[in-house]
Amino acid sequence: MSDSIAHRGPDAAGLWAQTGIGLGHRRLSIVGLSDGQQPMASADGDLVIVYNGEVFNFVELRAELERGGHVFRTGSDTEVILHLYQQYGADCVRHLNGDFAFAIWDKRHGRLLLARDRIGVRPLFYAEHDGGLYFASEIKALLAVPSIEAEIDPIALDEIFTLWAPLPPRTGFKGICELPPAHVMVVEGQARRIERYWSLDYPESGDPGDTRPEAEIAEELLALLDDATRIRMRADVPVGAYLSGGLDSAITTALATRHTPQQLSTYSVSFASAEHDESQFQQIMAKALGTAHASVHCGTGDIAQHFPQVIAHTERPIVRTAPAPLYLLSGLVQEQGLKVVLTGEGADEVFAGYDIFKEDKVRRFAARQPGSRFRPLLFKRLYPYLPNLQGQSAEYLAAFFGAKADVLDDPLASHRPRMRSTAAAKLFFSGDLRASLGGYDAAETLVDQLPAAFARWHPQHQAQYLETRFLLPGYILSSQGDRMAMAHGVEGRFPFLDHRLIAFANRLPPRLTLKGLTEKHILRKATAHLLPASIGNRTKQPYRAPDSQAFAMAGAPDYVGELMSPQAIAGTGLFNPAAVEKLVAKAGVTGVDGFRDNTAYVGILSTQLWDRRFSSGSTAARIAAE
Amino acid sequence: MTDTPQNTIRAFIIDNFLFGDTSQEIADDTSLIDNNLVDSTGVLELVFFLETTFDIKVADTEVVPDNLDSIGAMAAYIETKRRAAA
Repeated sequence: MSDSIAHRGPDAAGLWAQTGIGLGHRRLSIVGLSDGQQPMASADGDLVIVYNGEVFNFVELRAELERGGHVFRTGSDTEVILHLYQQYGADCVRHLNGDFAFAIWDKRHGRLLLARDRIGVRPLFYAEHDGGLYFASEIKALLAVPSIEAEIDPIALDEIFTLWAPLPPRTGFKGICELPPAHVMVVEGQARRIERYWSLDYPESGDPGDTRPEAEIAEELLALLDDATRIRMRADVPVGAYLSGGLDSAITTALATRHTPQQLSTYSVSFASAEHDESQFQQIMAKALGTAHASVHCGTGDIAQHFPQVIAHTERPIVRTAPAPLYLLSGLVQEQGLKVVLTGEGADEVFAGYDIFKEDKVRRFAARQPGSRFRPLLFKRLYPYLPNLQGQSAEYLAAFFGAKADVLDDPLASHRPRMRSTAAAKLFFSGDLRASLGGYDAAETLVDQLPAAFARWHPQHQAQYLETRFLLPGYILSSQGDRMAMAHGVEGRFPFLDHRLIAFANRLPPRLTLKGLTEKHILRKATAHLLPASIGNRTKQPYRAPDSQAFAMAGAPDYVGELMSPQAIAGTGLFNPAAVEKLVAKAGVTGVDGFRDNTAYVGILSTQLWDRRFSSGSTAARIAAE
Repeated sequence: MTDTPQNTIRAFIIDNFLFGDTSQEIADDTSLIDNNLVDSTGVLELVFFLETTFDIKVADTEVVPDNLDSIGAMAAYIETKRRAAA
């Protein structure tokens, strides 16, 4: 099993087994290089742990445990978790500040504890099979178990083609589950319980949240973020940073330079297409901070060339190609000999940076005066990079973005347009797939997972919750994050996702994060002195990559034509061959325009690749039989 | 099927936005936006189609859902344009 995920841990391999249980591990050596080998047992041999990730506050935890009489044999953070478990049992997770997925076998109590970090940075999958419980960081390790089959779950496809990712515990495969972020699973004999140990929380209506003066809040924000960055620089190997050219990675990089005596190495990706390229800003920032900067160029053809490997690592279909350039980027980091990078991921969720938050604000503003010929025009300001939107009338803008009073009570109001434009691609689903779904509604399942307090939160906080709880772990940190970085044995670290910072930010009044239509206001204020004005004042530029245009071109790799052919589409059985043929014809050699058609093109191609790479037996026959 | 504007428009929608899928019924008053049939790109495709198929000129100010968001609305709009040109 562990050999199949050797890319996650190329430095060492370990195995521990006794009657009834076995633990395997692949190690990416970052802390405790000489003595952090896993599986690691406690001194008395009663506990054994396998663990992927980092506990950033292990220094403080260790000191606290030592004061309580614990004696350590290694310098690793792994051993800190073992001692913490001895001290607190399963509640040990509440003390950890980090990105982790681990399993502890407690021999004395006959108990297995599986745990995953609060936000869902590190993956953890499991399957119950033939009376046994199997778990691993990636699904491919589970599929290495003889007789565990990769059977595509139609409902997961519906969720991906609506929400961009399956809703945990669902994965793309039947019988294979994901332990959701912020959850532990405790297994004792045949009993198994899964519990949430942390939740995102926001002030309820009537609670003003943090009412201190703005300057005081900004000061605390910077102190927290600086500390979050500082503890994420802890490693016995050099730590680098991704530099996208945007505000967030510029801030984490600027802070990181304060906490390393060496010159910081930074990495970025550049694009051939001007609309996607940010290399000008990457250069400004690298020069301003004096980093040793390297970049990888994502040229015409690179996305298509690497897409099959990308899907082998995402282990699920994706509806955007944006992970592919990040696959190239982690390859560059690996080539340069680094294993750890900081990134600015998470700032947009925590400090309301995404356009979807502005969009909801404009939607509510426009809906307050139905028929206004001016208010909906604000939608154009949000998407200057979408030429087809710029020419639209106020009436159409209001209609596209659902600016109607009656939709505002919908708990998913902020996300409906995105869900709708994604779900439109489901028209390509085959008759058999539609029949097997039986009218399943992914959005309803999402609503069922919302906490009771959700209805009492400010609309912006509701939108932030949806983004942070679902898309962030399901897509941003997974398909675009961990899976692309770990494909090349690179660990991403995310200062903005420190749970102390999240709790602090969630208490802020929405006007301090999204001020008017300026995103991340308080973050800009707190960090303005760290950055050149040209970076600090930049409007959010969404990270995007060419979608259908990356494949619909002369000289595309052969697999594109093969997998999108009517024969291959019919063979998989998930999509309508005639409709896909028309889509491919529409794309021609320049690609299609618009979200819906691009979503469909990338979603279908990635599903075809996914089926070919993973599926056991005939998907078409199974779907038809359901 | 008679060659009415409604049928011509319906055929275009099925071919271009539904990629030939006829399982979804499109009535004359079916909203193209509410049923995820067009996005901002789709509206521009519709305008191009109407101008080239029915030999009319669609002014920017006329690109509104009242004129284009259903087959019936488009047919009525074309009729109005033709009368005005006559």
